[in-house]
Amino acid sequence: MKVLRRFVYPYIVWAAVMILVPMLMILIYAFTKEGNSVRNFMFSLDSFKRFFSDPVFGEVLKRSLVIAVLTTFFCILFGYPAAYAMARSRFKIQLVLLTTIPTWINMLVRTYAWRGMLDNKGLLNTFFGLFGVGPFKMLETTFAVVLGMVYNFIPFMILQIYNSLEKIDKSYLEAAADLGANRVQVFLKVTLPLSLPGVISGITLVFLPAVSSFFIPKLLGGGKYVLIGNVIENQFLTAGDWSFGSAISLIMAAVIIISMYITRYIDKKTDPEGGAAL
Amino acid sequence: MKNENNIKPKKKKGSTIRRLYILAMLVFFYMPIVYTVVFSFNNSKSLSTFSGFSLQWYQKMFHNKDMVHSIFYTIAIAVLATIVSTFVGTLTAIGLSKSNRIIKAAVEQINDMPIMNPDIVTGIGLLMFFSTLAVKKGFMTLLLSHIMFCIPYVILSVMPKLRSLDPNLLDAALDLGCTPIQAITKVIVPQITSGIVSGALIAFTMSFDDFVISYFVTGSGVNNISIMVYTMSKRVNPSINALSTVIIAIITAVLVVINTVPVIIEKIRNIKNKRRSTI
Repeated sequence: MKVLRRFVYPYIVWAAVMILVPMLMILIYAFTKEGNSVRNFMFSLDSFKRFFSDPVFGEVLKRSLVIAVLTTFFCILFGYPAAYAMARSRFKIQLVLLTTIPTWINMLVRTYAWRGMLDNKGLLNTFFGLFGVGPFKMLETTFAVVLGMVYNFIPFMILQIYNSLEKIDKSYLEAAADLGANRVQVFLKVTLPLSLPGVISGITLVFLPAVSSFFIPKLLGGGKYVLIGNVIENQFLTAGDWSFGSAISLIMAAVIIISMYITRYIDKKTDPEGGAAL
Repeated sequence: MKNENNIKPKKKKGSTIRRLYILAMLVFFYMPIVYTVVFSFNNSKSLSTFSGFSLQWYQKMFHNKDMVHSIFYTIAIAVLATIVSTFVGTLTAIGLSKSNRIIKAAVEQINDMPIMNPDIVTGIGLLMFFSTLAVKKGFMTLLLSHIMFCIPYVILSVMPKLRSLDPNLLDAALDLGCTPIQAITKVIVPQITSGIVSGALIAFTMSFDDFVISYFVTGSGVNNISIMVYTMSKRVNPSINALSTVIIAIITAVLVVINTVPVIIEKIRNIKNKRRSTI
């Protein structure tokens, strides 16, 4: 029995070295001065000061947040009806599978495909041309970036909402209808509140990758379209300023944690009226 | 009867809208994938018109050494990372199921970090880690990183299977004379095979599809397919579509295997059981 416990030890060592140490390094570098050496460790808040004093970075942070919020909003707007339709379909299992499969195929490859479709001479503009409209400049716009993000992340939202819709006991809906609620009322007062937990976990799954993504803005927004992920990428691969890069990724992590906290807070606040009693 | 007749047309209208919506959603999901595959066989450079079937982009891909190497590296790393992470992850999960609460909670907590962290954060952490140790970035750093982010998924997929096992099963095996290794290979592993297999498949697809972490930890000319697509994407080059199609084909094959093999295994098992019961 106790022999088996030893099987954990190698992984504890491995995880400490390969998972914890890199995370600690981000923390340490974020609070030290420029220079790629751990030996002359000096506590400093310079990197954070630099980030918040330069309006360029404030602008980037704001843009990243706006893009992530827009992405999350559109994922709910288009994802909710899709999940609702799936939950009422006869081919539930097949549809869940069809929604999952794209997420298993390389995100970068699927994002690259949109370049060919959104191009001025691309598939969509040729299609619009048939009706005599366009060509529209779609590539290297905010539209393309948000579209790329919605495309990549909406399956997560749909599947989460679908799961929570599936969990709803059908007798609640019948009870509400029996008690005189019409279809719209049943949806607004019973289905929607009961499916909110799915929406909340969907938000978590969409917002996090949307804030940190750097290849979607680069592929679809062009080189000039800079989000916070691109700044981090540049600091590590071009500028070589680890301290500043680490500080930015900590700021990004803080933004993610704060937004998750806000989402949960809103969820809890709305909960007592809706689903708590059930 | 009359009531039913009144309701039916209404329902039909709603379901048509729903069907159209689902159809539109599926077109949205699959159009880029189909587009990539179809235009990888195009005989011109056009992004919008398919002017004829040709394999020229595949030819160009196979003449490009970097592209061929990237396919090799992607497959080699995915296979090696899957083998190692499945082995280590399964053993760790078995050990965890017998460990005390504190160790269990601590390991699960650390395990969650690579899953919850944005990939870019994991990537830069590993980049600094390898650079500080002065490890030459390339195949080894890529492989180690992939093993690192695959193991948590294997553990996550094996743990629930272990939890549902009878805790006395192992004691029984040991009492009846099994060595601990026999107890694991002959008693525990057969009971958790489905968890191990799905863990291995998740590990394979995670490794095969990874771009962000690989992008930060690789070096000295070692690229996987995703990095290749990313670095070449600045110019219009339909060979990228050919390379993408290779990725799509392999992942689709894996998905088909996942969805058919369990059925086949189940059938084989049923047939074997039948034979046993007749004997």
